[in-house]
Amino acid sequence: MNNAPVNSSAMDGLHAHDADHAHHDDGIPHVSLREYVNGFVLSVVLTAIPFALVMTGSFPDSRVAAVVLLLFAAVQVVVHMVYFLHMNTKSEGGWNLLALVFTAVLVVIVLAGSLWVMHHLNSNMMPGEHDMQEMIKAAQ
Amino acid sequence: MSESIALNRPDGTPVFLDLEGRHHPENGTLLGFWIYLLSDLMIFACLFATYGVLGRSYAAGPSGADLFELPLIAVNTAVLLVSSITYGFAMIAMQGRRVRGVIGWLLATGLLGVAFLAIEIYEFAHLIHLGAGPQRSAFLSAFFALVGTHGLHVLFGVIWLVVLCVQVRKHGLTRANMRRIACLSMFWHFLDVVWIGVFTFVYLMGTLP
Repeated sequence: MNNAPVNSSAMDGLHAHDADHAHHDDGIPHVSLREYVNGFVLSVVLTAIPFALVMTGSFPDSRVAAVVLLLFAAVQVVVHMVYFLHMNTKSEGGWNLLALVFTAVLVVIVLAGSLWVMHHLNSNMMPGEHDMQEMIKAAQ
Repeated sequence: MSESIALNRPDGTPVFLDLEGRHHPENGTLLGFWIYLLSDLMIFACLFATYGVLGRSYAAGPSGADLFELPLIAVNTAVLLVSSITYGFAMIAMQGRRVRGVIGWLLATGLLGVAFLAIEIYEFAHLIHLGAGPQRSAFLSAFFALVGTHGLHVLFGVIWLVVLCVQVRKHGLTRANMRRIACLSMFWHFLDVVWIGVFTFVYLMGTLP
């Protein structure tokens, strides 16, 4: 049979991987000091900058500030995922990442959907400034 | 590229073999726990959405800019971030099969968790003392629900951590204990990820004019 050599090389690959982990493997990620230190330093920087910007009041415009702060948070979330939660395309055969992407889509729908719907509800149900003045005029 | 060859069963149905030897864990606990964490993330997403909708409904009460003390939040954030790397050290000690190292770093992480909770409880008590309790306005209800839920998670994380220390002390780094330590690692780092959202969305954006 010509698939015998293919099979044995596949088995070799499996063996090398097992030797790495020495024991039974439950999918516990292989970690390194370097990884944690890198993640920590990046997180400290990504946390310190937004706090410094807000606490020194360096933002002239709140809208710009909100976007900048959210960008810093998004980057830091990715840093935590990669360096601390050891997320990559290979862990658990890719199912970890797939589940994360699915949840991220749901989170975006929940957040954006709620804000969008409730914003419209507020602006349609609550009397605006113009309506208020009209009401006051009508009452006089 | 995934390389596969097709064989046929006697009845003609194909059998596909994966010849890359890609590694599958023998046990699905970590994947299952990850999925639990993602469902927990949905709870937080709903609480964030609630806060996003109600966060400016002050009911003529105090706003975030009036209440939040950013230096205190900065300390709290630092405590949680340091606890993330001490848990990392526990994971490294576990990889080297050093029982004392694991217990030591886990306890250090637990102490930082307790410090975080102490600061948060102080903050909550201070707010309630000022009359800015959860019943004051929709903003404060949403605030206490979101930050309080995160704090509760940290509390349960600390309890789990203590139980795990006792188990590691008693039974050593058995296969089951290592799996538990890896699960708690995910839980702990996950809480730090949620905290990034909390300090950015609630505290930093809340104090903007």
